[in-house]
Amino acid sequence: MSTASTSRPERVALFATCLVDQFFPEVGLAALRVLERAGVRAEFPPGQTCCGQPFFNMGHREEARAVARHTLEVFEPYDAVVLPSGSCASMVRVFAPDLFEAADPLHARMAALAAKTFELSQFLVQRLGVTAVGGTFDGTVAYHDGCHCLRELRVRDEPRRLLAGVAGCRLVEMAGSDACCGFGGTFSVKFADVSSAMVADKVAAVEATGASCVVSTDSSCLMQIAGALRRRGSAVRALHLAQVLAGER
Amino acid sequence: MSGHAPTSHRFRANAAEALANGNQVRVLRAATARSVAGRMQALSERPDWEALRVRAREVKREALSRLDHYLVEFEARVREQGGTVAWARDADEARRYIVDLARARGVRTAVKAKSMTSEEIGLNEAFEAAGVTPVETDLGEYIVQLAGETPSHIILPAIHKSRGDVSALFQRTLGTPPTEDVAELAGIARRVLRERFLRADMGVSGANFAVAETGTLVIVENEGNIRFSTGAPRVHVALVGIEKVIPRLADVATFLRLLPRSGTGQRITSYVNFLNGPRRAHEDDGPEELHVVLLDNGRSRILADPEARESLLCIRCGACLNVCPVYQRVGGHAYGWVYPGPLGAMITPQYLGLDRAPELPFASSLCGACKDACPVRIDIPRVLLHLRQTLREPEATRTRGLSAWAEKRAVALAAWTMTSPRRFAAAGRWLRRALRLLSFGGAPRVPGWSATRDFPAPARRSLREMLS
Repeated sequence: MSTASTSRPERVALFATCLVDQFFPEVGLAALRVLERAGVRAEFPPGQTCCGQPFFNMGHREEARAVARHTLEVFEPYDAVVLPSGSCASMVRVFAPDLFEAADPLHARMAALAAKTFELSQFLVQRLGVTAVGGTFDGTVAYHDGCHCLRELRVRDEPRRLLAGVAGCRLVEMAGSDACCGFGGTFSVKFADVSSAMVADKVAAVEATGASCVVSTDSSCLMQIAGALRRRGSAVRALHLAQVLAGER
Repeated sequence: MSGHAPTSHRFRANAAEALANGNQVRVLRAATARSVAGRMQALSERPDWEALRVRAREVKREALSRLDHYLVEFEARVREQGGTVAWARDADEARRYIVDLARARGVRTAVKAKSMTSEEIGLNEAFEAAGVTPVETDLGEYIVQLAGETPSHIILPAIHKSRGDVSALFQRTLGTPPTEDVAELAGIARRVLRERFLRADMGVSGANFAVAETGTLVIVENEGNIRFSTGAPRVHVALVGIEKVIPRLADVATFLRLLPRSGTGQRITSYVNFLNGPRRAHEDDGPEELHVVLLDNGRSRILADPEARESLLCIRCGACLNVCPVYQRVGGHAYGWVYPGPLGAMITPQYLGLDRAPELPFASSLCGACKDACPVRIDIPRVLLHLRQTLREPEATRTRGLSAWAEKRAVALAAWTMTSPRRFAAAGRWLRRALRLLSFGGAPRVPGWSATRDFPAPARRSLREMLS
């Protein structure tokens, strides 16, 4: 959904996501750096925790609602909210409003938040109209389309355009770039053998490109893919889109 | 051939067995890849593909919104043409009607055109118990029947069998010489089946669509076995799920543009049958009797649930199976009942009860490939999420005893933690500390994960710690 606007949002918040905050802080720092280069000084509201998706996917609707409500209160005051995650952004944009009954005032408030919430590449390209954020990156990358990013947010070209705008970065399309990596939250553990079979094929596809790095908008996918690459002793790196755009070596 | 009790309650165990069969995984991956490629090619030829999907969904929703009206209209039209309509509340009533009819007509052999609803009600077993011999005539179904197995795909029932498997099977059961030539294998089956068609007293089919306006049964096929099964024997029984009804004949065109392309990558199937009642007095061909058995068997219950109703839009094309990364690897038998893949995960718990298929709604990463492939735009992940809310983890994935208790406590604790930044930050610090302790110098050992993947080394400082 394109909400391209010529006006810059004044107060922009970075919703780092629970995974990035606690496990991949470098991704959060990179996202802030990239936004800065695009002319946006984003804030990190310290009240933030989680979008609620893990609970939602496990079927715990009440818990998801409680967490989403907290998220609403933290981010509602901002003009735009940016997430370095397609799956978390889709939770806020697509699923969270319907956690509340249509007649509940929280539903409308959540829908309003959803309308100003974006995944990082979606924010840069659709909301700001920016496709080049400077920076350099020396190497060939393969891009993995996270499922929620692709199929819920319909964000497919934006990350690719941004990668094309990074000097020295050469993108090679991999076979089955849109095939699920097998993470799927608790699926990765509860159905570990199926999950492992899926990531094995993803790793094979990455390696077939000859790329030195696999890139995605989602740290959850990257954790799964990197986990399998490391187990194989592969030298292929796994970086978040923000890190490549920020020019991390 | 003995009855096949559902094993939908043990998906994970079934999946583990399937994954261990490397050969079968390879066969399945290749076959589904071909179907997926075929579908992409076929739909690329139609620039109006999305408009067709929207229209098809509208038609099905219209039909479901006035299902009672359209079913009654359908029945009236069928009866005007000389057919009989029976309303079967459940599998038992459907079986009894068909078996009683077979007995009354002195049926000794019944040829079966592929019908998933007949699998659903266990018709073959009921026939055999009554002394009627059922013969599957769809090549894939015939292969599966000879092997004493159940179909593993709703369109390509023997998708899990390689040519070598089929050759070996025919050698063993028919005494034919070995061959991996597809035309020869089909020829062998054709010779055997031709005889059966001519000797059969009854033909049983399903239907892709039941048109209310004209009382027409529409059935697509590639082999001609459906024309033969429904036309040659004296009696034709069409077992049709009530959700197959569509309002008008003109609607069929939309579905014919979608179904073959979605299921097999064909622009159109080799045959499209429009069946309107039994043979008329002036006609030379066709069955003397047509009996349409309208099957409920839980469908009206699903219809009543606004979140689950979506499930009934399915036109049984099989596209979701072919694109599903889980199905592509574990195959159809892992799902343990008639309907495999995303379709099965969605409807098996609803037909059999969540308690008999608790893992199925969770046997998905919610990737959404099925949703994108569905010609009637069923949001399968959304229905799975709805089912997950009714039966939550850990009950669903049967974590037992202490670990079930611990998991329930963990979910409650996690939610409480996530509603406060201080609790969240503290929990994060503790979790990372615990993971460092579990590392023993290497990567953290996380149960379930670490068997096949490295877990990332926990960050020394969180982002919020760095920014504060």
